Amino acid sequence: MEKEILEIRWHGRGGQGAKTAALLFGEAALETGMYIQAFPEYGPERTGAPVSSYNRLSKKPIRIHSGIETPDIVLVLDPTLIGKVDVTAGLKDDGVIIVNTTKSPSEVRKMLGLKDSIKVYTVDAYGIALATIGRAIPNTPMLGSLIKATGILNFDHLLESVRKKLEVKFRGKGADIVDKNIQAIKKAYEETKGEE
Amino acid sequence: MKETWKELPIGAIIKEPGSSKRFETGDWRTERPVLDPEKCIHCMFCWIYCPDSSIKVENGKMEGFLYEYCKGCGICADVCPTKAITMVREEV
Amino acid sequence: MKVVAKTANEAMAEAMRQINPDVVAAYPITPATEIVQIFSSFVHDGLVDTEFIAVESEHSAMSACIGAAAAGARVMTSTSSQGLALMDEVLYIAAALRLPIVICEINRALSAPINIHCDHSDTMNVRDSGWIQIYAEDSQEAYDSVIQAMKIAEEAFLPAMVTADGFILSHAMQRIDMLEDEEVQAFIGEHKSPYNLLDIYNPITIGPLDLQDYFFEHKRQEADAMMKAPEVIKKVADEFGQKFGRKYGLVEEYRLDDAEYAIVVIGSTAGTAKDTVDMMRDKGHKVGLLRIRVFRPFPAEEIVKALKNVRVVGVMDRADGVNAYGGPVFMEVRAALYEEEKKPDVYSFVYGLGGRDVKPVDIERVFQMIMDADKGKKIDRLNYIGVRE
Ligand code: SF4
Ligand code: SF4
Repeated sequence: MEKEILEIRWHGRGGQGAKTAALLFGEAALETGMYIQAFPEYGPERTGAPVSSYNRLSKKPIRIHSGIETPDIVLVLDPTLIGKVDVTAGLKDDGVIIVNTTKSPSEVRKMLGLKDSIKVYTVDAYGIALATIGRAIPNTPMLGSLIKATGILNFDHLLESVRKKLEVKFRGKGADIVDKNIQAIKKAYEETKGEE
Repeated sequence: MKETWKELPIGAIIKEPGSSKRFETGDWRTERPVLDPEKCIHCMFCWIYCPDSSIKVENGKMEGFLYEYCKGCGICADVCPTKAITMVREEV
Repeated sequence: MKVVAKTANEAMAEAMRQINPDVVAAYPITPATEIVQIFSSFVHDGLVDTEFIAVESEHSAMSACIGAAAAGARVMTSTSSQGLALMDEVLYIAAALRLPIVICEINRALSAPINIHCDHSDTMNVRDSGWIQIYAEDSQEAYDSVIQAMKIAEEAFLPAMVTADGFILSHAMQRIDMLEDEEVQAFIGEHKSPYNLLDIYNPITIGPLDLQDYFFEHKRQEADAMMKAPEVIKKVADEFGQKFGRKYGLVEEYRLDDAEYAIVVIGSTAGTAKDTVDMMRDKGHKVGLLRIRVFRPFPAEEIVKALKNVRVVGVMDRADGVNAYGGPVFMEVRAALYEEEKKPDVYSFVYGLGGRDVKPVDIERVFQMIMDADKGKKIDRLNYIGVRE
């Protein structure tokens, strides 16, 4: 991580776990000794409505408390948000965008009219979630894609950290659901595509 | 001399139990209750209702009024089921 | 000490767990709901010995807190905005009865129009209620301050509220260095009550009618306790700093030593402002920041000391005086400087109402305006920043 503060924006729909993804990622980063922020778009959550959540990561204590307007990385958890929400708003010129879609990165680049300097990655997070978890929950797979695309954290560390958090979260609901989520993250890590 | 703010107990509490005894509300009275012992059945209604605990009770019997505290409100006379209490004008 | 990721709500709930109060009476309200919700799960899981009283309103919550504290219990609650406003009349009673209750408060705008986001109108509304007010810059400070507040309240025999900005802090996860439970217990020590209603060997009367002959003396006494509170707050903060390494004061000066222009701010905006100060210093501007951490008791002396050599000061208020002469922080900072022979020119900037985001560029604009004013440009004494004009 070269930048002093790395800023990430997650786009999803209420109920898809954009906030949880930001929290899981933030905690995993914290465990590597980084300073972090993880926060949802402030406001009441409404299922299905477009929502966003955010991360800041830094080696130094983070003091800034304003909203994130020029992210380094954008993740889009639902392909249908494209065109409805300005998912690339403020994305830095050397930024990265990762989209849950069955389309290819170059198709997404064209759809969004992205500058050449911006890197694009895609992953079929719905397909992966259905095949592993059995429900189209895109948030955990996207964690795998984020690591694949950016390498911000060590992948094994992320898996371990997320496993611990999910074990607490799904306490009493069986180890199965935790394993399936880990499977989904691994699969997404493998299947995330960039441009050649 | 009354205390200054430096001498008063914290939080406006009163540390002396029962200090309201010193506050004789009896001189507020313009009418006084008078008991007719003949009619009294010692039901204690007056004792329950009196806002100033001014009904004298001895051995479970209604024995008249504590005039130092009775402020003459007339509630006892009003609630007495046998009309054993009458309010009469205080004269100077 | 352990490093965890927590929101201010979670961190304050953890502080409450570690304090392990005898009684918590509370009613939920956004964005402080989580504090009570998390704490009630601690009660359910048997992690605390607290008697949790679920009440029907904030007015009842504070009333129950007062009763419990008067009966000698260590008492805490949590609220925000309308909830704090509904507590208002009882807040004055808690303070005048000198009961060491602690509120974990989350700043949210008062209605109307209805809004759930951050500004300081709720706590500014009760600034003269006789409660100590500590404004946290981040979640770490919110956590640390709740622990300190319990000790401060019980040494000063004054109630204290620790507040953190709604959503900006309450719902944002950050790194927190948490103390061990035993460290917190050892730090706060045995609970102290000013008196105890249930002590049958020393019976007392609480809340008697207090008319022309004594009321004034009792209020004067309460004011005296507030005037002496800074010493308690500093002592407790020093002890905290020595034990745990994180230092706090009544105010925090940031790059003020040789500053010609300064802004005064409270709450989370101070963090954003520090980054802005660094940015402007890099460009060669002599700018600095004064953050007021403890707004009640008002640290006039520290503020004067920090600002008297500055040329121009911009005071940023996240609450409007509406028809007062500027925001509440502005008015008091300016009044405190009045006596000084050499004093800065002071301007009011109301910002961030109802959660309006405040960015480094907004703060830069405040600096720019006061620097322009210094160069002779006429600017208004009272300004609004970040509103669509
Ligand atoms: S209420 Fe009447 S009858 Fe009853 S005790 Fe009193 S005086 Fe006697
Ligand atoms: S007149 Fe009123 S105060 Fe006096 S004894 Fe009757 S009820 Fe009590």
